[in-house]
Amino acid sequence: MEEYKFLTYNVGKLNPVSATEYATVGGYAGLKIALANPSAVIQTIKDSGLRGRGGAGFPTGMKWTFVRNTEADQKYIVCNADEGEPGTNKDRILMAEVPNLLFEGMAIAGVAVGATKGYIYLRAEYPYVKEILLKALDDARIRHFLGKNVMGSDFDFDIEIRSGAGAYVCGEETALLESIEGKRGEPRYKPPFPGVQGLWGKPTVINNVETLCNIPMILCMGADFFKALGTPQTTGTKLFTLCGNIKNPGVYEFQTGITMRELFEDVGGGCPNGKKLKAIQCGGASGPIVGTDKLDTKMSIEDCNAAGANFGAGDLMFIDEDQGIVDLCENLMEFFEEESCGKCTPCREGNFRLLELVRKFKDGTGTETDLDTIEDLASTMMDASLCGLGQASPIPLVSAIKYFRNEFLEGGNY
Amino acid sequence: MAKVTIDGIVVEVENGTTVLKAAEKAGVKIPRLCYHPDQDVKGNCRICVVEIEGQRLLQPACAYPVSDGMVVHTNTARARKARYNILELILAHHPADCLHCIRNHNCELQQIVEDMSFTREIRYPYHERGTGLDYSSPSITRDPAKCIVCDRCSWACTHFQSCNVLTKTNRGFETYLTTEYDRPMAETACTTCGQCIQACPVAALTIHDDTTDAWKAINDKNLTVVAQVAPAVRVNIAEALGEDPGTISTGRLVTAMKMMGIDYVFDTDFTADLTIMEEGTEFLHRLTNGGCLPLITSCSPGWVKFCETWYPDQLAHLSTAKSPQGMFGAVIKEYFAKKIGKRPQEVFSLSVMPCTAKKYEAKRPELGRDGYQDVDCVVTVQELAQMIRSANIDFSKLPDTMFDAPFGLGSGAGVIFGASGGVMEAALRTVHEIVTGKVLEDIDFKQVRGLRDTREATITIGDLDVKVCITSGLANARMIMDLVRAGKADYQFIEIMACPGGCIGGGGNPYRDWTKVEKRNAATYIIDAEQCPIRQSHKNPAIQEFYKDLGVKPGEEIAHKLFHTNYADRGNLPK
Repeated sequence: MEEYKFLTYNVGKLNPVSATEYATVGGYAGLKIALANPSAVIQTIKDSGLRGRGGAGFPTGMKWTFVRNTEADQKYIVCNADEGEPGTNKDRILMAEVPNLLFEGMAIAGVAVGATKGYIYLRAEYPYVKEILLKALDDARIRHFLGKNVMGSDFDFDIEIRSGAGAYVCGEETALLESIEGKRGEPRYKPPFPGVQGLWGKPTVINNVETLCNIPMILCMGADFFKALGTPQTTGTKLFTLCGNIKNPGVYEFQTGITMRELFEDVGGGCPNGKKLKAIQCGGASGPIVGTDKLDTKMSIEDCNAAGANFGAGDLMFIDEDQGIVDLCENLMEFFEEESCGKCTPCREGNFRLLELVRKFKDGTGTETDLDTIEDLASTMMDASLCGLGQASPIPLVSAIKYFRNEFLEGGNY
Repeated sequence: MAKVTIDGIVVEVENGTTVLKAAEKAGVKIPRLCYHPDQDVKGNCRICVVEIEGQRLLQPACAYPVSDGMVVHTNTARARKARYNILELILAHHPADCLHCIRNHNCELQQIVEDMSFTREIRYPYHERGTGLDYSSPSITRDPAKCIVCDRCSWACTHFQSCNVLTKTNRGFETYLTTEYDRPMAETACTTCGQCIQACPVAALTIHDDTTDAWKAINDKNLTVVAQVAPAVRVNIAEALGEDPGTISTGRLVTAMKMMGIDYVFDTDFTADLTIMEEGTEFLHRLTNGGCLPLITSCSPGWVKFCETWYPDQLAHLSTAKSPQGMFGAVIKEYFAKKIGKRPQEVFSLSVMPCTAKKYEAKRPELGRDGYQDVDCVVTVQELAQMIRSANIDFSKLPDTMFDAPFGLGSGAGVIFGASGGVMEAALRTVHEIVTGKVLEDIDFKQVRGLRDTREATITIGDLDVKVCITSGLANARMIMDLVRAGKADYQFIEIMACPGGCIGGGGNPYRDWTKVEKRNAATYIIDAEQCPIRQSHKNPAIQEFYKDLGVKPGEEIAHKLFHTNYADRGNLPK
């Protein structure tokens, strides 16, 4: 299947750190449009139907409206480039290959809401990307795409790069803000939302890398063009990461609405060595593990939700018949137990208990009662945890029990 | 205003009020653990989750702001299930040694278990949290195994005291509150104020127990036990024994201590008056001889250690006068022992204090000589309450007894040392008369009273305009000290107390919140105004007699040797 290269059109074609090269292929035209008519930007984004690409799918234009409407002497644009979700690599490719697309998106956001300062919160495990970003920032400043009087206008906008110490939870937007402020990476209680009180208490836009990369494209091509791409409620394209037991793992861009089966068979080439597909984990480490009966689900937020799958940040992990579901669940729970920040009780204590319980099934001592305990505890974690980590971490386990209950009760032997 | 329906009851509250507060108005008391009325909302324990119509997830009542028309249910199956499951998770990670825990019957977690009638079996095995008991500090005992990670101690240490000694370590299940790099408390910049103890809902942070030493001395026939009782104890001890905050019980307190077998019970108010004589003299001396100003009080050992740690370059501002406890220690060992024909080592000097830092102060090398300390043992209000209870005494039924002579007489000025602003007012009552030589008609300096905020005032004394400043809480102290260091504090006299509200809000008292501290404060000024015939330190006949007997005047050499001290540079403590 031919990719639909919308954001990734220039990947591999340009010198990533050269703002000039980016400009010669139409780069920074979106920013020019925004600077000519700042008040029209948010409406265009709203008309395009763009929703956040980080996993939650919040309408981007609405998020920006909150920030624009909040009075403050300083506002910030923060790019969430933490990309800590296991099995997701899309943002890395955008940043390493077309960093100027991201800078342009952030600058346009700055124009739209009245912010003059941006931060890229870069995943600590991407040191080589940091070098590219730093060089690209320097070049963009020299060419006056960033800094004082952006593109000869009276608008100032500059970007700084910050990194944490590699905590998964810092991909949660308020924990990310805490980390930028130099504090322990723990989520904040919301409300107040970052759009009202964000970084250092100031109104802040926080968007994912891919979301921001869409912005210049929407301004250049127009909201109608964008809206015609993909499904009605998840307009545009998506970078999908395929991983696990698949012949051609990697990041591929398609219009939303492509089915899981197309991604698995036509793009990914199926499981290696002729193995049979057993399950799919969709939307990242905290996404549900579903059976092959979901393969014809269209990849869009609305279709995934209806099918009990998860669109998330667009990643799919394929699991073949050789893999044990209990092993997989243990591995995932180890991850969440390790990555829980420890702030709220359900997540801090709950993930450890879920791991303990899963291990019982691995050594064959788990019982039906233990499965009930898992489901009971999981429901409380999903209902009462402070942030998305604890609310979502039990999802793969609960869904795996739903699909593969016998595998648990047979002592993890499959 | 917002109309909110909580469990069917409609209440009207200000917009933005939390669900928890609105529920209280509706007669619904939602369980809470990380919530503390003196602190900012944290929303992390989740024990207070409720169901709010229109919300996808359960919401913490302590943090969620109400809006008009909101409908809240606290007892749906879903909310109840979550609360019980969360409580179970907490209990599974908390040692079940309640029966012989220091906080048995005085524990917020235990109270919630009781209120929720949580009796079911816990489905998870117990694991111990943290790296074991830390007994290193003379003031504060830390037991990470009991920590429930509510973060209240850290809040108090950071926001009340700006010390940041306690903080979270590790992630996930391993998370607990500790010092930096898990150092023993004694090796940190901890000021020993005990505000963390006051904030802790369980027994993760408790007062270092010295009751065993006290009982041992009381029951030692070869020792004469001489006790001093700090001003704030008389408005706190009854509360610690279950009576209302602010109950005054001076006479019953003395009776109880006598029943316990303490030989002499003296009043620290006496040395509070002595402090005024020495510090007042020092102030006038500095004022007229170009000494280091502003003069800053040194009664509060938590504040002194803070100053030594963070502002070692500003120690010259501290009054060299010992604290009232320190002075009394010297009086007991150097003066009173001789009077009763004993060697200092045969007299056991016991302090009853509202303060955990006094335990640390008593161990300072400056407050002792020839191999013994002036104060042998300090018990706090909480510990004295335990001693009274364990001595089979029903405090509520006791008659009154007077403090022993000759150090049982203190003035009202001594009493108000217990409240923030009290030392300043006491000093002004005396300094004013000494300078002007005239009788002060209105001795109430109400402009220096208050609890929470920093106050400043200009007092005209004869030809002098004296600008004073009063503050409490070390975060406030830091702001003032930054001004002093920058040379921007145009005060002549500053009173600083480590604990918010002064000694009545101290770390050794019954568990605090501002409403209780306010009642203790009111009681303090009632004693001063209604129960003290003498309200100025220099008019205390016991003080006049004492100086006459010593054959010195305040500030003179012998007095200086006994009643003044020096300070150490602790700038190298890790911080």
